[in-house]
Amino acid sequence: MIDRAQVLHVARLARLDLTDEEVGTMSRELSAVLDHIEKIGELDLDDVPATSHVVDVVNALRPDEPLPSLPREQALANAPEVVDDGFGVPSPGAS
Amino acid sequence: MAATDLIALSARDAAEQIRHGHLSAQELFEAYRERAAADAAAGEEGLNAYTWVAEQAPADAPSKEAPLGGVPLAVKDLFCTAGIPSQSGSKILAGYRPPYTAHVVEQLEAAGSTILGKTNQDEFAMGSSNENSAFGAARNPWDRTRVPGGSSGGSAAAVAAGLAPWALGTDTGGSIRQPAALCGIVGLKPTYGSVSRFGMIAFASSLDQAGPFARDVSDAALLYKHMVGRDRRDSTSLQHPQEIELPSGVDLKGVRLGVPKELTGEGVESGVREAFNATLALAEQLGATVETTHLPHAPHALSAYYLIAPAEASSNLARFDGVRYGLRAEADDLLEMYVKTRAEGFGPEVKRRIMLGTYALSSGYYDAYYGRAQKVRTKIAEDFQQAFERFDFIVTPTAPTVAFRLGEKTADPLEMYLQDFCTVPMSLAGIPAISIPNGLSDGLPVGFQIAGPAFSENRLLDAAYVLEQALGFDGTEVRR
Repeated sequence: MIDRAQVLHVARLARLDLTDEEVGTMSRELSAVLDHIEKIGELDLDDVPATSHVVDVVNALRPDEPLPSLPREQALANAPEVVDDGFGVPSPGAS
Repeated sequence: MAATDLIALSARDAAEQIRHGHLSAQELFEAYRERAAADAAAGEEGLNAYTWVAEQAPADAPSKEAPLGGVPLAVKDLFCTAGIPSQSGSKILAGYRPPYTAHVVEQLEAAGSTILGKTNQDEFAMGSSNENSAFGAARNPWDRTRVPGGSSGGSAAAVAAGLAPWALGTDTGGSIRQPAALCGIVGLKPTYGSVSRFGMIAFASSLDQAGPFARDVSDAALLYKHMVGRDRRDSTSLQHPQEIELPSGVDLKGVRLGVPKELTGEGVESGVREAFNATLALAEQLGATVETTHLPHAPHALSAYYLIAPAEASSNLARFDGVRYGLRAEADDLLEMYVKTRAEGFGPEVKRRIMLGTYALSSGYYDAYYGRAQKVRTKIAEDFQQAFERFDFIVTPTAPTVAFRLGEKTADPLEMYLQDFCTVPMSLAGIPAISIPNGLSDGLPVGFQIAGPAFSENRLLDAAYVLEQALGFDGTEVRR
């Protein structure tokens, strides 16, 4: 069960602004999904290694050759705000 | 040639005709473009398969000698295409025109393919019905009151309805195979790593894999042949050990098929199960041996998947913050800008998965959820390894149901997730699996899934081809 306080905590971590109604819905829906998911708690997994990735590759290296990077104007072309050849953002504020 | 005759050609036959000068690439492009544009303009009457359609055939036609000879391609929205809208079905990327093109699209263009349009999808590929799209739901050409499946629903609907000769999709937990099944076409989820992910807008990076949608297995093989390869921009990409061949099998003599009890019993609706069993009998007639087997951890695959995929997504989607591209909400300070942009830009399912993933990764819950899920993933991969010691392929129904009605499952996320029950285990194991049309149940297509060991695509395509020939599925009625 994920209660409202937990939903708000996780939303803060995820940088999501939820409406009051969304907090309630999220609490119900996430709880239902986690109830189902918690079945994996029944498995004995003590000595099982974790799989983060299925491809058996270690340190896929390539030659260290300089290549052109994205031109600045292209990188900025989709920006909502451009200031002095960079991405413009609102002030980080005092808080 | 009349436009309807052009549409009737398989992609490989069309490429062949172009090569021999019997058909011009522009003429073929225009025939498809008109159909795609007409559908896009039809609103509620159409399939809503496309989010963008090219205005004209490319000015410089590909060389007639190129292996794909100018045959046009529909591309799922989440593939970055330089200068062409690429939003991954999300409002948060409204107006985004990428400065570069996804590796696989570049490679297909180099092989002579041309971009016909971008196709509708669930937002960030999260969904099994294409209803979670900022562009609205796509519809199933077999019954427009029903979903085409998802997340690559637009690609599947476009190919099934003859609005494209073939299409690119991506599959994270079933997003190629399930819509292929629901729309009565072929969809291949390749071995993880065989196709570069560079330029795909990421959902869950350890699972995402691009693959082909086609009307038949041979076209799927031809498209896949030109998709594979190592790419220095995706360090998880690998050289496929074999050149991909067009399938040529004639029977299934000596082929051992394993039927996992865990994925073929409860939850599979009766019409789907009947079609599946009939095809098992057909496979035996063609010389295969069919035996029941077990994938003991498969029932836990969905749980592991719905921890791993959202966890990776919550990290991947952190980049959508209103700074570099797409939507930005008005705000007085930076933090407020982030949280408001994300609240306005993401749809409900994406928010749900970001929340689930963030929770699973958060302090105090990591070991119990994400850590355990990764261990379950190991057990699932081991189950398959053991099964492939005894069997050439594992076969299951692709989806537990036929296409469901629009809106039928939107109220209950868990019920929607169960659509991926038969496809998620292969995704977690990183192995290839193909869905082929397996007849109709109540007038709606059913899919038959065949999965093999990593990099077994040639054998997989051969087996799928033999079954396809024997089944003789006819999808022409929805391509008129």
